[in-house]
Amino acid sequence: MNAPEPTAKAKSALTLYGDALPSRMLIGTAQYPSPQVLAKAVEASGAGIVTVSLRREQARGRTGERFLELIGALGVRVLPNTAGCHTVKEAVTTAQMAREVFGTDWIKLEVIANDDTLQPEVFGLVEAAGILNADGFKVLPYTTEDLSVAERLLGSGCKVLMPWGAPIGTGRGLANPYALKSMRAYYPGIPLIVDAGIGAPSHAAQAMELGFDGVLLNTAVAKAGDPVRMAEAFARAIDAGRLAYESGLMGVRDMAEPSTPVAGTPFFDLDR
Amino acid sequence: MTAGTREVVTIMVNGEPVMTSAGTLAELVAERGLADAKVATARNGTFVAERDRAGTMLFFDDHIEIVSPRHGG
Repeated sequence: MNAPEPTAKAKSALTLYGDALPSRMLIGTAQYPSPQVLAKAVEASGAGIVTVSLRREQARGRTGERFLELIGALGVRVLPNTAGCHTVKEAVTTAQMAREVFGTDWIKLEVIANDDTLQPEVFGLVEAAGILNADGFKVLPYTTEDLSVAERLLGSGCKVLMPWGAPIGTGRGLANPYALKSMRAYYPGIPLIVDAGIGAPSHAAQAMELGFDGVLLNTAVAKAGDPVRMAEAFARAIDAGRLAYESGLMGVRDMAEPSTPVAGTPFFDLDR
Repeated sequence: MTAGTREVVTIMVNGEPVMTSAGTLAELVAERGLADAKVATARNGTFVAERDRAGTMLFFDDHIEIVSPRHGG
């Protein structure tokens, strides 16, 4: 058996920082062909959390207000990110600005090491997480599957971890499923969300089958030919993967084993 | 100190050099037509809360960020 027996707890809604959410899908709001498609895709996804960001506002600009109106109409929780931050100070300041503007102490903490891989700069991530947790934030760190980093993040006060599936925007799926599986096994009681690198619903289903609590994705929906229908496809895949995990997947065998009973097989002959 | 009584200084606003007579961060935000907008600010990399903008003086070569909500992943 790869999964524990289904329990009432396992079947309950995803709970992060004490907040019960309607879905195990978290969805980004960037790169959609239009605001209308964004709104319909979020609705189709059923997601209870959408990620948002902060960017420079030009003089006499109203871009931010228009975006807030759009997001406000969706009736979902917003999770601001610190995307693009490369240092602890940038990330902490961005989080503080986000808390004021969005009115939430939740923050998707990103400290980026490298512009080509967009991999987490884990040393800065741990330091920034400590500062923000001490300042009352509810930190959801974008991290790797490294368990020593995970230990430090949890030690700093994080109650949720968000390991990458693959680098942001690559759509490559789970690059290191073994490590993700180890992480799940090591932290059975910590909410774990695969964040980034998801390209297809099958990737999301795989993460859920491994026992992850949720999946956060953006590009795979926003850049789909039909983002609204793709959002629904992901929602179904995530539900299917979770249901499979709770149901207990069969073990993998090296050799074939007939599913049809051998006893009573016609023409059976011991000498064959 | 109010705009008009202060000499014009050059500061960096959102990565661009800006000549301004604004003496405080609150005046700068108002000068840019954002006094009632949903924006957040930082001075030289440090967050400045909305309530603290009026008491935050501006000096030559300060680096100011004025940001607002956007799409994100």
